[in-house]
Amino acid sequence: MADLHPDNPYAKDRFADPSKKVEFSPEAKKKFDWILTRYPTKEAALLPALHLAQEQWGWISPETVHYVSELLDLSPATVFGVVSFYNMYNQKPVGKYHLQVCTNLSCMVTRAYDIYEHLCEKLDLKPGETTPDGRFTVGEVECLGSCNTAPVVQVNNDYHENMSVEKIEQLLTNLK
Amino acid sequence: MEPIKVLTANVDKPNSKSIEVYLEGGGYEAARKALQMKPEEIVQLVKDSELRGRGGAGFPTGNKWGFVPKNAPKPTYLLCNADEAEPGTFKDRVIIEKDPHLLLEGMIIAAYAIASNPMAYIYIRGEFHYGSTVLNKAIEEAQAKGFLGKNIFGSGFDFDITVHRGAGAYICGEETGLIESVEGHRGQPRVKPPFPAVVGVFGGPTVVQNVETLSCVPFIISKGPDWFKSFGTPKNTGPKLYCVSGRVKKPGVYEFPMGVNLKELIYDHCGGIVGDRKLKAVIPGGASAPMLKPDEIDLPLNFDAVMKAGSMLGSAGVIVLDETVCIVDAVWRLSKFFAHESCGQCTPCREGTNWMESILDRLERGEGRQQDADLLLDMADNIGGKSLCALGDAAIGPVISSVKKFRDEYLYHVTNKSCMPGTTRYRRLDMPVAAH
Repeated sequence: MADLHPDNPYAKDRFADPSKKVEFSPEAKKKFDWILTRYPTKEAALLPALHLAQEQWGWISPETVHYVSELLDLSPATVFGVVSFYNMYNQKPVGKYHLQVCTNLSCMVTRAYDIYEHLCEKLDLKPGETTPDGRFTVGEVECLGSCNTAPVVQVNNDYHENMSVEKIEQLLTNLK
Repeated sequence: MEPIKVLTANVDKPNSKSIEVYLEGGGYEAARKALQMKPEEIVQLVKDSELRGRGGAGFPTGNKWGFVPKNAPKPTYLLCNADEAEPGTFKDRVIIEKDPHLLLEGMIIAAYAIASNPMAYIYIRGEFHYGSTVLNKAIEEAQAKGFLGKNIFGSGFDFDITVHRGAGAYICGEETGLIESVEGHRGQPRVKPPFPAVVGVFGGPTVVQNVETLSCVPFIISKGPDWFKSFGTPKNTGPKLYCVSGRVKKPGVYEFPMGVNLKELIYDHCGGIVGDRKLKAVIPGGASAPMLKPDEIDLPLNFDAVMKAGSMLGSAGVIVLDETVCIVDAVWRLSKFFAHESCGQCTPCREGTNWMESILDRLERGEGRQQDADLLLDMADNIGGKSLCALGDAAIGPVISSVKKFRDEYLYHVTNKSCMPGTTRYRRLDMPVAAH
């Protein structure tokens, strides 16, 4: 904290605030206990536990990293290393609708970049940023494995297939 | 060649993912039969069928099962690789979402054959959220019928399956990266040897198999290796799912006997190129496979023939590029993918993929240099074979093949500072690009 350079963009985010307590909801705790029974080691439950945490809080905060590390007897550094390795764990809060446009080759040649550029301009966002009202986050994503219905936009957990600029406009008005 | 319906026999039925529909089609009879046989007999049947892994490498499945040591000090594990992330590949998703019980039945048989620990894992990529819910539901249905759990079919064999969701890392499709990820680590591939068949997940011998490979197994048991070999040619046997995407009229998943002709697949079954334009290049086996030019596509799509043509069948993800696609732009996009997905462990791959992306980007921006094409080849030479896993080798596939086959287009970018007339760059150069 104090010894990090104040310009370091991660200085505020990287360390947990001890005054903020996080805890799984009773349903999540139940699921977590079930997950533990499915693996021979505690550590193997880390990825599913982080998925559970992200379902509950929408992102993996430094406080969550500490909480999960205590649950699984791991060091916070180990947990943070895993969080930062995998793309799907959000290291900062995202909007209510996380719009991720696949721009890999099959989507690109069916004009996915038009959709991506339209979203960035219309919502005035750079990749990874969230609108001030907290509704939308825009990002580029690698191949989603649905190239036959390219271009594809992933909104939270759902795929929207055969997209176009007109269809994404329609979608934005439907997502309240 | 006519399309067939073996692996996709159920997918068009209403509610095909339910156990009732699967049982009506004779489901779980192969598992019942297999569990009355000796494990060695099953391994022999799979060897006789000449089934080769459908994940990309085409390794003979029966041999892989035969490598598992007997009496190892730690339990043996079966892992299903459902981390389908190779750009251009979407075949496993069809089985997972439309016929999950076929996969479960294949896993029961495979687990019995290798004397697996009573728990196996399906490693599904995190983005397939719907697929993971379908699989979880299917597992519950199978447990309720007694096809998973204790003493399956009265054989004394205990077996259960857990769906393990990944979290968005292409490298976890690599065998040892996948093993690391199941153990709860960063998905960085391991040094081999020891190979997973000897020391894999949780220290035990491990067999990692692709979804489509495991889905072939019930047919080998129920109909026999000779029936299975009646599809395809010797050493390249069985039904095969082909994924076609890009600039074709009818993209989709097509099932044929192994070895459908690539030209026939594109022009007869997929309706040809959008707008009846001319073909420029075909990537026959997912992003890692070297490109083929239009005069090279009259070949059967099987492991050996595509290899002979200087490319690879890989995951059979056929990406079609027409004459309007700028090759440098297309290769830039693939290089960006590999730079993003390099796990960062080995220097040649981590640094090399980023530099290749930068050079391709500067060519697109009209800032390319005369020597850039050769520089790319030189860099590829310093990446290939110099890292722990195959990601580095995959990354150089499209680069080397495109520089060799489309060198004029690279040079055009240097001299004219723009794409070739008639080709399109699909992105705007002033837009922000996400950091890796």
